[in-house]
Amino acid sequence: MAVFTVTDSLKQLIGQKEPPVVFKVEEGAIQRYAQAVGDKNPQHSDVEWAANSKWGRVMAPPGFMGWPISTGFNLFKLFEKLMKAGAPMGLLDGGVEYDFLAPIGAGDILVGEIMVASIEGRETKMGPTMVTTLQSTYTNQRGAVVLVVRNTFLNF
Amino acid sequence: MAKQIFYEDVQVGSEVTTLEKIATTRMLVQYAGASGDFNPLHYEEDFAKNLGVGRPIVHGLLKRAWLVNLMTDWMGQEGTLKRLSCRYRGMDYPRKMKSFEDPVDGDTWYCKGKVTKKNDADHTVECEIWVENSKGEKNTTGAATVMLPSKAK
Repeated sequence: MAVFTVTDSLKQLIGQKEPPVVFKVEEGAIQRYAQAVGDKNPQHSDVEWAANSKWGRVMAPPGFMGWPISTGFNLFKLFEKLMKAGAPMGLLDGGVEYDFLAPIGAGDILVGEIMVASIEGRETKMGPTMVTTLQSTYTNQRGAVVLVVRNTFLNF
Repeated sequence: MAKQIFYEDVQVGSEVTTLEKIATTRMLVQYAGASGDFNPLHYEEDFAKNLGVGRPIVHGLLKRAWLVNLMTDWMGQEGTLKRLSCRYRGMDYPRKMKSFEDPVDGDTWYCKGKVTKKNDADHTVECEIWVENSKGEKNTTGAATVMLPSKAK
């Protein structure tokens, strides 16, 4: 067992931004997500109820956004790049941190940007482990930053 | 839906209303479709075995979504979730299905929380939060900050 050594070619990826993605927040996608999570708040599922709410539309539950795959980021491609640069093949989700800065609702058009914020070497029960933090930032059609997410992944 | 909770209603040490959840293999497929997380780790036996986790595991992100659900149910329609973080410390395994709709008996998860700090300036409340399985293991732990409406307003 040993601490994972972060190679120079991995270090070079820190701070690099992936091409931004643009996507529209769909009402049906919000409803399906809320159903999959078991969130019964009508604000996320009942179109009529939501139309009469203070928001006037179906709103996304916090956390609907922020998983880089569903929002168009090709996360697996990014991991392939990391693996080519020396990251171990085993991959687990280590955790997440959200700053919810403004509400996100059906019809919003968001621009998402993601980058490798940090890479550290550690020793875990899986053996030498690379800990990567990806930071994604989402901006809506009015120019407001609505969400900042930091995802941590473990490669071992 | 629960009655609206106000900033003045909670104290440091107050408990967040527990939210009970189960995870089934069927729900993991549903979550994969809804979230776009199609990692085979969550539905393919051999893939999971080869990764060393035994069998398909519950998405960390689903447990995270349960914690969001815990906080948003508790804070009510007038509350605002400002921050949430969580870490995945251990694996959880879904119940298998015995029919189209019903799973076999198995684990139940309890999403819980406790108020750790109150901030009078902006009526925000900080909580420690976690998901506990039937054995009492806290495999997902985190923190959340919500802004609650005030009676003083």
